Amino acid sequence: MNAITDALIITKRQLLQLARVPEVLIFSTIQPVMFVLLFRYVFGGSIATGDPGGYVQLLMPGIFVQTTAFTLAATASGLAEDMTKGLIDRFRSLPISRSALVFGRTLGDGLLNIVVLSVMGLAGFIVGWRPSSGILKIGLAFIFLLAFGYSLSWVGIFAGLSARDARVVQNLSFLITFPLTFLSNAFAPTTGMPRPLQYVAEWNPVSTMVAACRELFGLQNHFGATAHSFPSQHPLTMSLVYMVVILAIFVPLSVRKYSHANKK
Amino acid sequence: MKSIVAEHLVRTYRNGEVKALDDLSLDVEEGTVLSVLGPNGAGKTTVVRVLTTLLTPDSGSATVGGIDVLKHPEKVREIIGLSGQYAAVDETLTGWDNLVMFGRLYHLGKKESVARAEELLERFSLTESARRPIKTYSGGMRRRLDLAASLIVQPKVLFLDEPTTGLDPRGRQEMWGVIEELVKGGVTLLLTTQYLDEADQLADDIIVVDHGKVIARGTSDALKKQVGGERLEVVVDQAHISATMDAVAKVSGHTASLDEGLRKVSAPVTTGATALIEVLRLLDAGGIHPLDVALKRPSLDDVFMSLTGHVAEDQVVVSETGRGKKKEKLDKKSEAKS
Ligand SMILES: Nc1ncnc2c1ncn2[C@@H]1O[C@H](COP(=O)(O)OP(=O)(O)OP(=O)(O)O)[C@@H](O)[C@H]1O
Ligand SMILES: [Mg+2]
Repeated sequence: MNAITDALIITKRQLLQLARVPEVLIFSTIQPVMFVLLFRYVFGGSIATGDPGGYVQLLMPGIFVQTTAFTLAATASGLAEDMTKGLIDRFRSLPISRSALVFGRTLGDGLLNIVVLSVMGLAGFIVGWRPSSGILKIGLAFIFLLAFGYSLSWVGIFAGLSARDARVVQNLSFLITFPLTFLSNAFAPTTGMPRPLQYVAEWNPVSTMVAACRELFGLQNHFGATAHSFPSQHPLTMSLVYMVVILAIFVPLSVRKYSHANKK
Repeated sequence: MKSIVAEHLVRTYRNGEVKALDDLSLDVEEGTVLSVLGPNGAGKTTVVRVLTTLLTPDSGSATVGGIDVLKHPEKVREIIGLSGQYAAVDETLTGWDNLVMFGRLYHLGKKESVARAEELLERFSLTESARRPIKTYSGGMRRRLDLAASLIVQPKVLFLDEPTTGLDPRGRQEMWGVIEELVKGGVTLLLTTQYLDEADQLADDIIVVDHGKVIARGTSDALKKQVGGERLEVVVDQAHISATMDAVAKVSGHTASLDEGLRKVSAPVTTGATALIEVLRLLDAGGIHPLDVALKRPSLDDVFMSLTGHVAEDQVVVSETGRGKKKEKLDKKSEAKS
């Protein structure tokens, strides 16, 4: 019981931080909105999709997933900053449950994602995004997105606890997430890639997530069904499997790392 | 009763290359203040981290408030307060936010947390800046807030790691005042410092640590005695130096030493003020008018320099006899210097 309240206090701390420095929230929403506009108007004209409604229909799921993937970097750098500033030591010297801090942190980053995704959805709607599947499936897509962000948050916790310097963590996590999001079907068809890359792209969890969202938003997944591989044909199942695997590995690993950070 | 006991703590880094703690033992009587005095890299922070459950030693054991630090860290955390070497508060939040949050994490109710936060802000003269983000605080204010955060539930045992490093003289004075008040309130305090006057001012007991080892222990007076007693110092004109050296030697019973640049003649004495009077009589009889006469007690600085300086150079193994050796060396050193 106490563990839950403790975690919520940590989450509240993050929300308070946002209230004190609203710029953080503003910039973390401006960036994806800018992506929406750039891709929509810069590439939108030159990518033939074969879908009614044009590129923006395929683009939005891609950008949603990319944005949630960056949760990894956000969580990691936030935590690394607490580490280097000595705050983690202070929390660890308090009589609170050892997992409270990490749970609270992932929850906070999850809440931030809700805000960011809502704003993006609105921006997408303004520039012509029209999901056609009905409210239930659209809702399910957003739950999928939040869950994906949440599971990556735990990878971020692990990365943040492993690092010595907040900036290194931030750069490192971008170094991982950038290729992951571009080596996928998020923005362009995987069919144009060299064959080996195609396989990588199709097994990439970002691709399965994007494909799953496209399906849930009522689209055919035209951007990477060529290899007829299992993940591209069962994106929903595969995405779920990925999330469960990530959580199963990184939740215990991160909690352990946090409580044993003193072994370093 | 002992509030803090550490026995044979060993903690190494980089596969044993760096011995941050090298068989370090200490104990603190309930309600007293122990100062851990040592230069950079001595192992002060490491010992504080072990005792506050943040770091596991390679070997050795420790209890705080009678609770085993290694077996029941969660129980230890309930009775301690820690203010680390670097203020560990959330910079983006205000002082008020921080204290309320920590109050909640100590499982105080909402109202209680707020009341406690306001009480502490008042006590540490931070009420006016309570609603400003910590980022805008001065170093001294940050330290005070950090200390306040460690006092939320009135800990039985308090650990302060270099609480005044980086503060200006006024900030230090203020911090000393705050700490003295806490001690009056009955808390057991372990305080690390690089400043001898700080240990002198605040501590009942001092241990001097270097290279992870305790190289001396005692009250500040006892430590000063270890280094040597008082010294008689006389500054005279060039012309009277040799006569003065004779006079000083006669009073002291030891050969006097001379600092040529300062024309300062000095020798150890044991008779205190009487020695002063005697040497003045002798000088007066010889028609010598000294420019300056003083009876110098060794400062803790002397203790520090002699103990840590020598250990660093010679790697002397510490023991009772080891300390004796160092004392001799110090005397030689000051004679050589003079
Ligand atoms: N994480 C670490 N990895 C490697 N070496 C470390 C680590 N932490 C401490 N040390 C080493 O252990 C020794 C003791 O460090 P410690 O921080 O306890 O010193 P200190 O007395 O607190 O010094 P200061 O006055 O500078 O704060 C130093 O030589 C330091 O370099
Ligand atoms: Mg230190």
